[in-house]
Amino acid sequence: MIGDVMMVVGILGAVVGTAAMLIWVERRALGLWQDRWGPNRLWFLGIGQVVADMIKIFTKDDWVPPFADRTVFVLAPAIVMATILLAVAVVPITPHLQIAGDWNVGLLFVLAMTSLAVYSVMLGGWASNSKYAIIGAIRATAQTVSYEVFMGLSLVGVVIQAGSFSLNDIVLAQQDGWFIGPQILGFVIFMIAALAETHRLPLDLPEAEHELTAGFHTEYSGMKFGMFFVGEYVSVILSASLLSVLFFGGWLGPTFGWAWMPLVWFVLKTGVFILFFILLRAAIPRPRYDQFMRFGWLVLLPLSLLNVAITGAWVLMEAGS
Amino acid sequence: MTTFFYLSSAVAVAATLLAITRSHPVHALLYLIVSLLGVAAMMLTLGAPFAAMLEVIVYAGAVMVLFVFVVMLLNLGPGTRPDARAWLQARYWFGPAVLSGVLLGLLIGMMEPLQSTIVAVREVSPKAVGVALFGPYLLAVELGSMLLLAGLVAAYHLGRSDAPRRGRA
Repeated sequence: MIGDVMMVVGILGAVVGTAAMLIWVERRALGLWQDRWGPNRLWFLGIGQVVADMIKIFTKDDWVPPFADRTVFVLAPAIVMATILLAVAVVPITPHLQIAGDWNVGLLFVLAMTSLAVYSVMLGGWASNSKYAIIGAIRATAQTVSYEVFMGLSLVGVVIQAGSFSLNDIVLAQQDGWFIGPQILGFVIFMIAALAETHRLPLDLPEAEHELTAGFHTEYSGMKFGMFFVGEYVSVILSASLLSVLFFGGWLGPTFGWAWMPLVWFVLKTGVFILFFILLRAAIPRPRYDQFMRFGWLVLLPLSLLNVAITGAWVLMEAGS
Repeated sequence: MTTFFYLSSAVAVAATLLAITRSHPVHALLYLIVSLLGVAAMMLTLGAPFAAMLEVIVYAGAVMVLFVFVVMLLNLGPGTRPDARAWLQARYWFGPAVLSGVLLGLLIGMMEPLQSTIVAVREVSPKAVGVALFGPYLLAVELGSMLLLAGLVAAYHLGRSDAPRRGRA
């Protein structure tokens, strides 16, 4: 019992801590890729910038606009953190370092929690009671509700091949070969959908700053804004860890007889995907909103259905022969 | 497990009552979402994790999102409160409440012979649900998909615009 509690606290602490560190990692990596320095002054490589940012955000005036719906306005930033951290519970880090990786509806739980995370953005935008915020919230809702569909469908191929919703079983099913080979289509669609779900650049249309100031969080300040900000990084970690668990074999890899090697593999794979998310932000411009929605429904939906059909047919053929 | 069951059903009932009586449309919808989550938790305690997850994904995560979305688009704010209050007068809700009360009494009366508390919960795995759906209940699944197709066609027809399209992508 004590061990379980320590596991939960440890994993949640590590995820939130990594999310805070990512603020600095992202700024340095963006600087590197855009041929400038980024924050490099405080402490070693500028790592003290995280602490400075934290002090700043904690001591800022936490202002609730008088025209806002107070209860909902305060509730909204908590929803994103709560739902995404709950989803982390079913992600197996290693065979022994996990909270509920064995749950037989694990993957569905992740989808359920990410679909609840939409409320954070839409309620935040609505409660702010200002034009920019509500336009951002409407965009966010339409975008996430649409891309949720492709996200779910793109994972069906993985579930068919593994024969289970449990993330542990999915990892163990990849012992003979990672799913990235047969599920390359599903991987690409899930990647785009995950990017849209986290609404990060290049798909940050709900908060496009040149059109909408800051979109749904225009009216937020202080730690409430910080919750949205850190929540975004937590969802990046969740997406990256899901990519590595579902398509790249999670903790699997040569262990060289060292007990901690699975953890190293998991962290390595997840880290590569986090950096890839940051690289995408540095490299790709933002699409126009209607083009992006059209792309989703006219390209990604047929492709993900095709992926389901092909995978199903292939698995049936294998079983028949 | 029994404690969890009664706790989550208490939450669901309380949230539903609040959803009916709130005069602010968005607050009422939020209580309805909580009520759906309570029902999902109840299903979990009854050994139906698959149904619980679908309840969250489909109802709390998609249907209710669209409800809130529409309220947001229509911008139904505190201004609609007087209208909603007018609908909460006793002469409007008294009749339906009596009729529902009779139905509730009947339901409880029918459950009387069962008498059993929830014992020996057998967990139904997602695979078992799938096997049942595509085995004995295949016809129901096909009928359901036909119904959805009809809805899709109707939505396409309603959403189609005959005006010349501006700004083609």
